[in-house]
Amino acid sequence: MDVLRCQGLRKVFGDQVVLDGLDLTVAEHQVVALIGASGSGKSTLLRCVNLLEELHDGTIELDGEEISAPGVDPDKVRRRIGMVFQSYNLFPHLSVLDNITLAPRRVHGRSRREAETRARELLDRVGLGAKADAYPDRLSGGQQQRVAIVRALANSPRLLLLDEVTSALDPELVGEVLTMIRDLKADGMTMVLATHEMGFARDVADQVCFLDAGRVVESGPPQQVLADPTHPRTRQFLARIIEAGRL
Amino acid sequence: MSTIPYVPSPAQRAREEYRRRQTVLSVLIAAASTAAVGTLLAFAVTGAPGWDRVRQSFLDPQIARDALPRVLAGLWLNVRLLVCCAVAALLLGLLIAILRTLRGPVFFPIRALATSYTYTFRGLPLIIVIYVLALGTPGLRLQGMPSVLVLGGAALVLTYSGYLAEVFRAGIESVHPSQLAAARSLGLTYRQTMRHVVLPQAVRRVAPPLLNDIVAMQKDVGLVALAGPIDAVRAAQIATAQTFNFTPYIVAGVLFVLLAIPLIAITDQVTLRAARRQSGG
Repeated sequence: MDVLRCQGLRKVFGDQVVLDGLDLTVAEHQVVALIGASGSGKSTLLRCVNLLEELHDGTIELDGEEISAPGVDPDKVRRRIGMVFQSYNLFPHLSVLDNITLAPRRVHGRSRREAETRARELLDRVGLGAKADAYPDRLSGGQQQRVAIVRALANSPRLLLLDEVTSALDPELVGEVLTMIRDLKADGMTMVLATHEMGFARDVADQVCFLDAGRVVESGPPQQVLADPTHPRTRQFLARIIEAGRL
Repeated sequence: MSTIPYVPSPAQRAREEYRRRQTVLSVLIAAASTAAVGTLLAFAVTGAPGWDRVRQSFLDPQIARDALPRVLAGLWLNVRLLVCCAVAALLLGLLIAILRTLRGPVFFPIRALATSYTYTFRGLPLIIVIYVLALGTPGLRLQGMPSVLVLGGAALVLTYSGYLAEVFRAGIESVHPSQLAAARSLGLTYRQTMRHVVLPQAVRRVAPPLLNDIVAMQKDVGLVALAGPIDAVRAAQIATAQTFNFTPYIVAGVLFVLLAIPLIAITDQVTLRAARRQSGG
């Protein structure tokens, strides 16, 4: 069953076309990695799926229901989709626990006790139980990003969108976040992640999509796309990545 | 493993000795220059040809003692008025700032009204607002018209909430869009995002300038006296008219400064804390 189906997505900023008739399908329990140069449309695609950006053409279906249709309440759609950002975007005035329980309490109407019990459970699972009452500025980048992932998970989303979640981290902190994402995959979470970590994409993704100029120019299993690309633009991109020593 | 205890190197000891000498020297120079400037000022003022006349008409201790109770009674009115007006103006300012951020076509008239409110009351001199409200509106002879004091206070609230609304709005706009994106991505509505994510951060950030406006308001509270109520300045004016001596004004001035000191100290404290937080403390 397909969780996400995007067809002919188009998005322009001024006269710059960022998404140019993009198609993408994500099956349940599948992990799709979006790769491509900066500006190829990876982040914009994720923001469009979460309805944070206005779409200029095409349709998006979540569990077979068109969420890009006029009149759909975007707030209701976003409850079913989790999103994690490059710069964590934790709320600095709230403790870790309050960051996580904000949406369950205010959006899903859970009681404080119920929401906090579940938040502590999730934090314990990722080894951050001791940080529940700390404020975000007391955490390392890796810890903040893991809290941000827990915050997205507290909504029990159908789909998790990860937008270059390790790009702002020191190299030695990348590992702890990637481990967490690997564990999520093992739990069967459906995920779309934009990433520059080719090694990680190869390990964790079921499908790798190479984006160029707002389209998916090549997609398939990681072994094929990353090791034996057919499209000249993919080859060029990967050659540069290898040159930079990142694969 | 045995650790060798730290012993400062000769270079470090020399440096510390030099710094100590410099500190002593700075204190001595500061003391000497303060004494010199103070003496010079005292001579310049007391040595002026009209100093005796000025001292008699502005600094008469007997008249100061006589005027103090009445000026203090007036000051008590200022304090009460300040507390009520400050609270009301902060609430009204926040409300207007929020109205200005409302989105959607339905709210266009409300947005326009809130915007023109801040334009009007920031442009209009407070004195005119006080005259129109405290002296003009009673002329309507409506039933249940509040007292002149309440009307004067309302004029203060109207004027100051125009400024405070703009400070609040600056705070709201200073919250980074990524915070909104994060909140919305969790399924929070626009209103919930404002309430739980944007406003708490915005208010914390603009607390110093808000308090600064309250310090300014404390002085303008006295302008309500123009409409009749006897506050500290008005009491001083009456005492001056009775004695033909300006000392009561000085008494009122000193009391105002004393009243402002705690508020200014709190403002400085809050500003300092905000600055420390900004730098990541």
